[in-house]
Amino acid sequence: MNRGLSRQLLLVVGLLSLYGLLMLYSAGQTDLTGAARQFSLRDIHWKWAAQGIWLAIGLVAAALTYRTSFRMLEWATPWLYAIGLLLLMATLVIGTGAGDAKSSKSWLAIGSMRIGQPVELAKIATILMLALWFSSRRAPPTTLRGLIAPIMIALIPALLVLKQPDLGSAMVFAGTLFAVMYWAGVSVPLLVLLASPIVSLLLAWSTALWSVWMITLFVLLLVWRPFIVEAITVYLVNSAMGVLAFVVWAKLDIYQRARILSFLNPQGDPTRTAYQAIQSKVAIGSGGWFGNGFTLGPLKRTGFIPEWSTDFIFATVGEELGFIGVAVALGLFLALLVTLVRIARRSSDPFASMVVFGIAGLLFTHIFENVGMAISILPITGIPLPFFSYGGSFLLAMSLSLGLALRAASEERAAGYV
Amino acid sequence: MSAFSSYELERRAGQATGVLVLAFVVLAGAFFRAQIVNHEQFRLASNSNHLRGISLEAPRGTILDRNNQTIAVNIPGYSVKVLAFDSLTLRTVLTRLAALLPEDSIDIEPVMRRWKAARYEPALVFASGETRVVARLEEHRAALPGLLIQAEPRRRYPDSTAVAHLVGYVGQVSQGELDARKFTDAKPGDIVGKMGLEVEYDSILRGQNGLRYVEVTAKGRMVREQSGGGAITPVAGRSMVTTIDLPLQRFIDSMWRADPDLANKRGAMVAMTPKGEILAYYSHPNFDPNAFIGRVDPAMYRSLALDPDKPMYNRVIQGYYPPASPFKLAIAAVALKRGLVTMDTRMREGCRGSFSLGNRSWKCWKKDGHGSLTLAQAISSSCDVYFYQLGMLIGADTLINELNAMGFGSRSGIDLPNEVTPLFPASVKSYVNKRGVSTWGGGEVLNLSIGQGANAQTLINMVSFYAALSGDGIKRTPYIIPGRVQGPSHDLHLTAEQRLGLRQAMLAVVSSGTATAGLASETGVRGLEMAGKTGSGQVAGQKDIAWFMSFAPASDPKIVVGIQVEEGIHGGLVAKYAFRAIAKYLTGKNLKIESHDSTEDLSPPPPDSTSGAPRKAGGQP
Repeated sequence: MNRGLSRQLLLVVGLLSLYGLLMLYSAGQTDLTGAARQFSLRDIHWKWAAQGIWLAIGLVAAALTYRTSFRMLEWATPWLYAIGLLLLMATLVIGTGAGDAKSSKSWLAIGSMRIGQPVELAKIATILMLALWFSSRRAPPTTLRGLIAPIMIALIPALLVLKQPDLGSAMVFAGTLFAVMYWAGVSVPLLVLLASPIVSLLLAWSTALWSVWMITLFVLLLVWRPFIVEAITVYLVNSAMGVLAFVVWAKLDIYQRARILSFLNPQGDPTRTAYQAIQSKVAIGSGGWFGNGFTLGPLKRTGFIPEWSTDFIFATVGEELGFIGVAVALGLFLALLVTLVRIARRSSDPFASMVVFGIAGLLFTHIFENVGMAISILPITGIPLPFFSYGGSFLLAMSLSLGLALRAASEERAAGYV
Repeated sequence: MSAFSSYELERRAGQATGVLVLAFVVLAGAFFRAQIVNHEQFRLASNSNHLRGISLEAPRGTILDRNNQTIAVNIPGYSVKVLAFDSLTLRTVLTRLAALLPEDSIDIEPVMRRWKAARYEPALVFASGETRVVARLEEHRAALPGLLIQAEPRRRYPDSTAVAHLVGYVGQVSQGELDARKFTDAKPGDIVGKMGLEVEYDSILRGQNGLRYVEVTAKGRMVREQSGGGAITPVAGRSMVTTIDLPLQRFIDSMWRADPDLANKRGAMVAMTPKGEILAYYSHPNFDPNAFIGRVDPAMYRSLALDPDKPMYNRVIQGYYPPASPFKLAIAAVALKRGLVTMDTRMREGCRGSFSLGNRSWKCWKKDGHGSLTLAQAISSSCDVYFYQLGMLIGADTLINELNAMGFGSRSGIDLPNEVTPLFPASVKSYVNKRGVSTWGGGEVLNLSIGQGANAQTLINMVSFYAALSGDGIKRTPYIIPGRVQGPSHDLHLTAEQRLGLRQAMLAVVSSGTATAGLASETGVRGLEMAGKTGSGQVAGQKDIAWFMSFAPASDPKIVVGIQVEEGIHGGLVAKYAFRAIAKYLTGKNLKIESHDSTEDLSPPPPDSTSGAPRKAGGQP
């Protein structure tokens, strides 16, 4: 049964793409250099046009994945995953940096020509691989041990990008892993236990909070009654994390530490990393209800907002279009995600369903982290905002994903499968 | 039950949607908080980020003489400032700037300090730049982000050294002055008075600086003037009309410089009306106040500071000297006031060249002695022996109390900063307490009687005493700006007859007494009767200090002139300078300065001098 293109998805995606393109046009309108501009797609003034070209390419890519059947995709998934890992490894060897992260190795380049960021494609390959793994089982694993394989599927690319280093993308792998596991039916208590060491690590800063967490965890283990060995393992790992936090801290790169510290206390060091967080929040706050006007944001125009065409483009939305503009953007994002969840729920087979839900998880992680960082409720991790941030690889990955979602929507049915 | 049963999927989809909605509500809440609840705070923060307030210097009020000739004016100048966001950029820009202007030897560190004191304001590199500097900087503007060149009024004193100690100069407010809150509402970088009238009347002259806002980029480049409100227009300072007679002031300066006997001498000269209006105010050596405007040349400053003649020292109000013979008039005034003598009273002993008290002998300046003298004669011949006896007749306690009542123990109160208090005992008791009993052997009253001993007066204090003698007998606070000074006035309590007697005795000083020798060459102006009193003070280890206090015309005094020359010639010999100043003021003619002819020899007035110099005395300009 073919229901054709999902009008709802197309509408939301179309509006978001238009909105993003307009904001990217605005990003080019600054006071930073006075001279008349030569046409160049590398120039920030023309990035909206470059993004338009990428959108056209993305449309073709989406059409291609829309034409691809999920059976074909299921077959190709291991190969795609392997290619993704190989590209990530290649990036580590021959990768180059860009922008303010010149020392990192996130770009695959031939000579001086940067051809893309493989991590964006690896994210999709990992979703496919996770979906394949879970869909090949009749029932989801009920023990932590049973989850080792999917954890490894996400952990390997995550470790590879962490090595670039790209903390933000590594976190996206974690986000998608949990999304797919949840959708595959892994029980919530199990997910909580799985996530517990990370919680422990984060709370290690405060002995009091960490103690409360360890007591809570003990109670949860008593209530949920997992295998005794696993329970002990979880508890030991949590204890170790509290201690290890400081060892891990010592291992973190200086820029990672600075970002975490500046998140914890942005006013402490306003000249460096926290400067970004403060400027972004100031720009957004100055927007008020209706903003300073399209293309007229003073902090964007004068270059105070860092990375205003990529990671911090949402600060410009807040500054120029105010709370109304922010609410519209957030509303469209929510509509997109809810639509994807509905597609996943109605999908004709588990593999497609998990792929679509994984994509929703991927998008959500990006949106929540990016927007949360712009308003300083999350640390700065430098990951792009779908449809808004300038970037070809990411836009291409988005297009491929949404092509898959459209395909799933066209095959959807109202009932579940027994 | 399968994980992918319809029911299970529906449940998870519902949960997932719930989580999504919750997450987006959290995000929206965070935005609402920043954009709506705390909007005002962030709006201000945004403005202070991309807008920079730039101070607009208010033009200082001009300072005019009594006939509205300019003493201090404003001419166009340029200030060079740099707006910076971090010290590294600022240092880079300053280094480039210094390299572009090698002859100006720009010191980077003080600019860095100024910037650190007020980071959101442009740091002043130098004020009052010249067109040459501005042209070169504009040429290299691209390499100097944050460079700010503003047209600003620059202070100028057209008469330079002639008015140096009178008007003073201006400069950037120092950290010390800010800390001491010396100036109300002065901010770092403001131009304030540093000396003379400029500091005394700073609050009136300064005006209120304005403010404009420019929009800047994160790298410190200026984008545009901010449109709309927020800018503050500077309010110009108020102009002030002084009592100074600029032609006379100039005349004194050029006379002092041109006269071979005076040119290298330290000293001071003051002219005022009997009512206390200062007509001329001069201290020598002096300096060019224009050299302090804008960037001060360190070599110039060092040479001024190290000069043994102390050109920055204001000898009119800061130098105190033994008042010597001119003080005899004060002794005479006390005796007359107390009714102890008349102008015709003779002392018990005639002058035989010395006077004996106890086992000590006190000399008169004239070894051969003056013989028996009346008070009037004693004044005209300045007989020490007469005044020794007069002092003893009055008695130490009475003498000191009466002299204090006449204001010799306190400042004149003139409207200029940093006047010193004369050294004068408050009472015999206080003197004894301070110096010990042994020094008050009774001889001290003899020393006081001839203007020596524990007594050092400023020129301004002495001149204002003579102004009282020449006028209505009230020693008033001298002033330069009318209507501003409310100092004490001291009534000498002398009758008109007694004052007339003293004036006639002083007329005799000039016509036949101690000043005649010095004035032999100067009697050139017919009908100009000058009364005066000579004096030579002694300071241990130094040559004599010459005084001449005078007023004219003797019958109806309109001008009082006092001159004091350190290590000078005898007081009688400086009388001619006072005479020339008086002649200049009363006739408007410049007596030929090096002339020793005895006839009317008046050089034509220089072009800068108005032909009709004011004759009026008293009254408000």
